[in-house]
Amino acid sequence: MSPSSSPDRAAADPLRPGDHVDAPEPAERTGSGPKLGFVGWLRFLWRQLTSMRTAIVLLLLLAVGAIPGSLVPQRSSDPNGVIQVRADNPDLVWLYDALSLHDVYSSPWFSAIYILLFTSLVGCVIPRLAHHWKAMRALPPRTPARLSRLVGFQTVAGDASDLDRADGVLKKLGYRTTRYGDSVSAERGYLRESGNLLFHISLLALILVVGLGSGFGYNGQRLLVEGRGFANTLSSYDTFSEGQWFDDATLEPFSIRLDDLDVLYETENRNAMGAPLDFTAHVTVNEPTGDRAAQIKVNEPLRVMGADLYLISNGYAPRISVRDAEGELVYDEYTPFLAQDDLMTSLGVMKLPDGLVEQLGLRGFFYPTAVQLDTGALASGYTDLLNPVLSLQAFTGDLGLDEGIPRSVYALETDAMTQIAGGDSGTEALMLAPGQTVEIPGGLGTITFEDVVRYGVIEVHVDHTQTPVFWIAMVLVASLLGSLLIPRRRLWVKAVPAGLELAGLARGEDPTLERAVDDLARRLRPPQAETDDSQPPRRTSE
Amino acid sequence: MTTDQWDAAALLAVYSAMAIYTLAFIAFAVDLARRSAAKPVMTRELVGAGASSAAEPAMEAPVAGAGRGARIGYVLTVLGWGVHLAGTLLRGIAAGRVPWANMYEFALTGIAVIVGVFVLSRLWRDLTYLGVFITGLAVVFLGAATVNFYVPPVPLPPALQTYWLVIHVFVATLATGFFALGASLSILQILRERRANGFLRSLPGAEQLEDLSYRVGVIGFIFWTFTLIAGAIWAEHAWGRYWGWDTKEVWTFIIWVLYAGYIHARATRGWRGSRSAWLQIIGFTAIIFNFAVVNLFFTGLHAYSGLVTN
Ligand code: HEM
Repeated sequence: MSPSSSPDRAAADPLRPGDHVDAPEPAERTGSGPKLGFVGWLRFLWRQLTSMRTAIVLLLLLAVGAIPGSLVPQRSSDPNGVIQVRADNPDLVWLYDALSLHDVYSSPWFSAIYILLFTSLVGCVIPRLAHHWKAMRALPPRTPARLSRLVGFQTVAGDASDLDRADGVLKKLGYRTTRYGDSVSAERGYLRESGNLLFHISLLALILVVGLGSGFGYNGQRLLVEGRGFANTLSSYDTFSEGQWFDDATLEPFSIRLDDLDVLYETENRNAMGAPLDFTAHVTVNEPTGDRAAQIKVNEPLRVMGADLYLISNGYAPRISVRDAEGELVYDEYTPFLAQDDLMTSLGVMKLPDGLVEQLGLRGFFYPTAVQLDTGALASGYTDLLNPVLSLQAFTGDLGLDEGIPRSVYALETDAMTQIAGGDSGTEALMLAPGQTVEIPGGLGTITFEDVVRYGVIEVHVDHTQTPVFWIAMVLVASLLGSLLIPRRRLWVKAVPAGLELAGLARGEDPTLERAVDDLARRLRPPQAETDDSQPPRRTSE
Repeated sequence: MTTDQWDAAALLAVYSAMAIYTLAFIAFAVDLARRSAAKPVMTRELVGAGASSAAEPAMEAPVAGAGRGARIGYVLTVLGWGVHLAGTLLRGIAAGRVPWANMYEFALTGIAVIVGVFVLSRLWRDLTYLGVFITGLAVVFLGAATVNFYVPPVPLPPALQTYWLVIHVFVATLATGFFALGASLSILQILRERRANGFLRSLPGAEQLEDLSYRVGVIGFIFWTFTLIAGAIWAEHAWGRYWGWDTKEVWTFIIWVLYAGYIHARATRGWRGSRSAWLQIIGFTAIIFNFAVVNLFFTGLHAYSGLVTN
């Protein structure tokens, strides 16, 4: 495990796993090695786990293990896809569950891979840290007996009296130097190993902070029609998910109102007529310190008391009122319709369990700019409100709301109902422009399309790991740059009867070593030679 | 000029660039054929104390050997690149923004970066022997992208209207440029290791190819790391979380991990050499897959191919 114990390695060399290319070749194995005791076995296993080979294999496994999560819908990123896939392949559901294919990134097998990888990482980094700590204090290694076998070997004029100058030049170039007899030994680039260690440690820190920190955050969504607001309490959210250590007493005491949702559409480019160019939610924020106006845009979240507010989707919310046969108002609400395509053809559902003599369900499309297709059917021709039309199917019967089963507000369960308008009912679907009123078939009453406004879905997100994760990532990049780009090298200057011999040795990738030796040679040439700079250094390489 | 006229000019430039690249490809191919017919050139193999840099002077050797075909190929490549850049720029003008917001534009810019890295690498080292790979790749990819991915220029959806598009996507294409060069070098390295006849004889030794490929790959890796982080920051702004295992995020991660594996392999006894070279080739294959397949056939939040898929 400790290559540095081998006699030909200097204390300043970075410590590497046994199968690193820079580590000394392992000693020849004899046919029947000594029997390993229990401790011997443990040590053997640990050495395997912390070898370079294991790191490669685990990294490749991690890459391969991440693939299924991009093929099979994941609960975390695509819950609707999960439902779809399970409905389409009922025979395979057991397999999806057995292999956690809908939760790949929190599955036992995926976790096993990265936990092993990070164990290996810790096992690899700790000894190297200890070693590097000492190496930073160690003297540069002894000057080799024969410099001529090393990189950039050359001889410049000079003698032992120039060694002090050489020492000074090297120090100025950032080398750590020491004297061995008639030679200067210099080394630089310790930061390469520091960078490498810091890089691996920040990987570890990243995983820990992301894993632990996200347990304290939460994430909630709330749909708001223009003019409405909500307070940041658990019960105001349409959907809410929280980390395992989240405490709802920590919910920030603010409330927010959506005053206005501005949408800007393309009107000039023929290839993209009606494509949205900009969404802006104008809001009023109420904090303990008072009210303020603010805005939320895509890519520009709003920060309120440490929480981030995003505008994640939007659409149209027609306001519909219903009167009974006597003309009594029994229903008057904005209903958010969900966009089904790029032209905002939107689908919505209304349920009226009370007020009329029968339960009434309405389902239909809203077209912001209705156009008639050749088939006679309606479609949306543009995204903005140029010719808004509402087309509704009506159902009477049991809405199924009393059974205690939670029902989606966006779906109408029509199995126990009779269709009285649209579809095969024999009666036309109810068509309404804003301000229009129509009779409900069967004399139930009337429906009025009062007006239409927009709604926005606001997501509130609190994640205390954001800032630390950002800074760890910055350290990670900086240390990676250091570790890959700082050359680590040794240079020697040795006084021999023929002059000063110079040569270098790379520790790790170092494409510029030769140039560094040449540069040193130029600086060491005695002052009188400097006037004649065109003469190349005398090369005496073998 | 109107948007459509600018775009028509852009397309014309792209087609011209393809034609010029094809000529360059032919010139490079003729040069290779000539090389394999020629007498063996002495290639100096690695000598010395095992330090990779000992090979430095020898690397210059094949430069002198670059034949007339290769020189013509290189000049044509530079010309084609100029026209290609002009086409990309015109496309940007037509759209009124950076030309990398849908698949057609990614391809246009990405290939320009790949060729650009090749062309400019000459300032550092003569890699003319990669010309066949690079021009071949450019012709095939540009052709495929114009035929399959072309869409007229349209304005950006709100989620893309941010300087993060400029940074994140451009750095990703830069990384891709370096990875392409690294993978080409790795392919040659493996070929060179297996056989030393034909044109392969005239190339630098396998170890020199490996060193070059590693250096180029490492730069790609640094850019890719940056891409990953910039993407996470952008996701935080746009979607409210920095990491959500969206399909595109997954593949960016997979590619990053593959290259980390490659860098380790290069430093591992028994893996240095063709084994690690294969890893780099696999890494680049994942990049191509991520672009061509994941964009089109996988669902996710990054639905920006600009193509109507269903
Ligand atoms: C979480 C997984 C890991 C990742 C993403 C990773 C990534 C990297 C990267 C990008 C480099 C090249 C940059 C540099 O030289 O600093 C590197 C180098 C290195 N890693 Fe890792 N690493 C991981 C785990 C490990 C493990 C488990 C070990 C222990 C065996 C290890 C040992 C090393 C060593 C010794 C080097 C230096 C290689 C050289 O001399 O060029 N790494 N690692």
